[in-house]
Amino acid sequence: MSEITQEKMDQIKAYIDRVKQQPYPTSYLIAVLHYVQGLFGYVPREVMDFVAQEMNLPTAHIWGVATFYHYFNLKPIGKHVISVCMGTACYVKGAHDVLEAIKRELQIQVGQTSEDRLFTLQEARCLGACGIAPVIMIDGKIHGELTAKSVVELIHRYRKAARGKTA
Amino acid sequence: MRAKSILTLCDGPTCIYKNSRAIRDALETELKNQGLSDEVGIHISGCLGMCSKGPILIVNPGYTIYGGVTVQDIPEIVQEHLVRRRPVARLAVQEDHLYNRFFRIFGDVDFFGRQMRIALRNCGIIDPEKIDDYLSVRGYEALAKVLTAMSPREVIDEVKKSGLRGRGGAGFPTGLKWEFTARETGNEKYVICNADEGDPGAFMDRSAIEGDPHTVLEGIIIGGYAIGAAKGIVYIRAEYPLAIQRLEKAIAAARENGLLGKRILGSDFSFDMEIRLGAGAFVCGEETALIHSIEGRRGMPTPRPPYPSVKGLFGKPTLINNVETWANIPVIMLDGGEWFSTVGTETSKGTKVFALAGKVHNTGLIEVPMGTTLREIIYDIGGGIPNGKKFKAVQTGGPSGGCLPEEYLDTQIDYESLAAAGSIMGSGGMIVIDEDSCMVNLAKFFLEFTQDESCGKCTPCRGGTKRMLEILTRITEGNGKEGDIEKLERLGQMIKKASLCGLGQSAPNPVLSTLKNFRHEYEEHIFQKKCRAGICSALVTYEITEKCIGCGACRRVCPVNAISGKRQERHAINQETCIKCGQCFTTCKFDAIVKA
Ligand SMILES: Cc1cc2nc3c(=O)[nH]c(=O)nc-3n(C[C@H](O)[C@H](O)[C@H](O)COP(=O)(O)O)c2cc1C
Ligand code: SF4
Ligand code: SF4
Ligand code: FES
Repeated sequence: MSEITQEKMDQIKAYIDRVKQQPYPTSYLIAVLHYVQGLFGYVPREVMDFVAQEMNLPTAHIWGVATFYHYFNLKPIGKHVISVCMGTACYVKGAHDVLEAIKRELQIQVGQTSEDRLFTLQEARCLGACGIAPVIMIDGKIHGELTAKSVVELIHRYRKAARGKTA
Repeated sequence: MRAKSILTLCDGPTCIYKNSRAIRDALETELKNQGLSDEVGIHISGCLGMCSKGPILIVNPGYTIYGGVTVQDIPEIVQEHLVRRRPVARLAVQEDHLYNRFFRIFGDVDFFGRQMRIALRNCGIIDPEKIDDYLSVRGYEALAKVLTAMSPREVIDEVKKSGLRGRGGAGFPTGLKWEFTARETGNEKYVICNADEGDPGAFMDRSAIEGDPHTVLEGIIIGGYAIGAAKGIVYIRAEYPLAIQRLEKAIAAARENGLLGKRILGSDFSFDMEIRLGAGAFVCGEETALIHSIEGRRGMPTPRPPYPSVKGLFGKPTLINNVETWANIPVIMLDGGEWFSTVGTETSKGTKVFALAGKVHNTGLIEVPMGTTLREIIYDIGGGIPNGKKFKAVQTGGPSGGCLPEEYLDTQIDYESLAAAGSIMGSGGMIVIDEDSCMVNLAKFFLEFTQDESCGKCTPCRGGTKRMLEILTRITEGNGKEGDIEKLERLGQMIKKASLCGLGQSAPNPVLSTLKNFRHEYEEHIFQKKCRAGICSALVTYEITEKCIGCGACRRVCPVNAISGKRQERHAINQETCIKCGQCFTTCKFDAIVKA
């Protein structure tokens, strides 16, 4: 997903061309960055230069915007993205222990990707499922009522599935 | 043939997690097998709010609510309820309908009996992806009434009469804000719906959009008409994919039906709408920051005045309201501002939606009339504290709010009473806290959040919260010093006074309110090096009790070999080497390890 191909660049150009038809085109910068992240899983530096050129904005401005918002990844992400909810309800029900268990199991900190490039660990704020707190989301799927123990088992299942596919 | 029964399945996040989509498949298969597909319609709905009882399945007619349904229950429900017409009492959330408190559908369940649904009136009932469903519950009737029979001035007067105040947190009178924006001249104006929902323990706005997007759209279109804007923008968090998708669908359907676009419903009023995504910055919920974000810039707040009503998006007059505020508008137009103002208290009219969570039986989404007490919410609707634990505090207003202890349980929900008690109404997060939570740690949790989310523009907010966090961290790690409490108070007051935006101005609140109401817990941490809830790990010691059977599981898991003991004999922990990681505690199957 993360390779930069001509095809993807053409898609970005087409998207920007559409945006330019709108009033206040530069106001769509964040939308463009969302589009870029949708294609690559992150916002590559080279692509920022390209966006800058196409939108007539300095790269520094784009860099400033992309770094301001937590949602944008500036480095490639792993195969699976684990978002640990650190919302209040989850915190009250032990999200901290769950997060620590994941960090221990994957040997990474929040914002990092595991060495095998299988998992990227992120924090989220309230996934809207407080009723089953503490909650994590793996690739958009919610897992709830977790404990330090059950979350490790969950990660094992994902690992096994990934191994099964490559073997 | 017309369907004889309608099954409604909740498609909210909690119910999806609890397998509601597999249940839908099982239902479809079972109905087909029984030859009932034509007679029984399956609907989906947004969140009904009864998350802890999910997955929820409602059978109509009869308004039977089934909770905790599994795939295995489906044949029984189909056979008994749909074929033999005998509801399955075992799975029903309520068994009979004694009387109808308000909506027939909710019957006589305490959870609903004390609620009053205005903003969420259709959530959990209609299919949010079908505009016809919305039209069948008087959807867009308010818009039609406004466009055919009311002048913009009359619309604003009706909103003013209702007494509606902003539901995004600050509680500014909505009608006045509309009036200010309408007063501005010029033909380029904007209407914004703030769906950034930043409180990290709340999901009201998300559920409102997921459950009934057209209500919000209808409110926004009416707002556009009232102030003379031709364009509306919904600014919504990118983390809410389902809500975004439903909004997109709703906007497209509204366009197709002539409810958006040129000359709406044949009137002279033209209005269109667009969705803009946030990108994960709490401060962007603040209105000036939000506007900068829509403009494609970094979301940093700027001083007010000028207010957005004068100089907002692209420098033009802009009306900005919260999702829940907008959702009240169609009802006010249909039933009148006067009726609306009969609900609630002297200063706070209507209802408020809360995301009730934490240590309470019935977690979920609720809507209550203003004036309801915290006790009624937590004990009658919420069903009290589970596992026989003791209530300790209720937190409202998220990272800008405060924690109220037991003595405040009879406080009525309204903007002024909550503020007088030392918390705030906030946008609707309500977290119940029991004796297992440490108030110092909770304050630290919120401050970590605001510190992380400070945009960095003002020194008091950026640097001051950092200093406060350092002190709190030191206290929770057992290194608190005499004078730390006073320092926290001084810093807190200074940050409140000297910060530019609401984030900084309210960031110290969780600390200040716990300092006021739970000062003894701070003192215990500092002077006795004790955390009564056993949460601050550095202040906890782990001990092995006589329950130990000597299985050795803890010994094998301890990363620093701090546990010794012979097989089948009671083990012991060497406190000198123990790093308090807690792994032995979670590993022991016999509850033989305790925190002290
Ligand atoms: C740090 C900060 C975060 C905010 N977050 C939100 C939010 O998530 N949603 C919201 O509607 N208002 C939020 N507000 C309030 C908005 O600035 C604004 O008052 C509100 O959108 C106005 O709408 P209302 O009058 O309908 O409440 C926030 C304010 C501050 C200072
Ligand atoms: S108070 Fe904090 S968040 Fe608000 S503008 Fe200042 S630094 Fe930014
Ligand atoms: S808390 Fe951790 S370090 Fe201490 S005895 Fe238990 S497992 Fe060992
Ligand atoms: S706080 Fe975690 S889902 Fe709401």
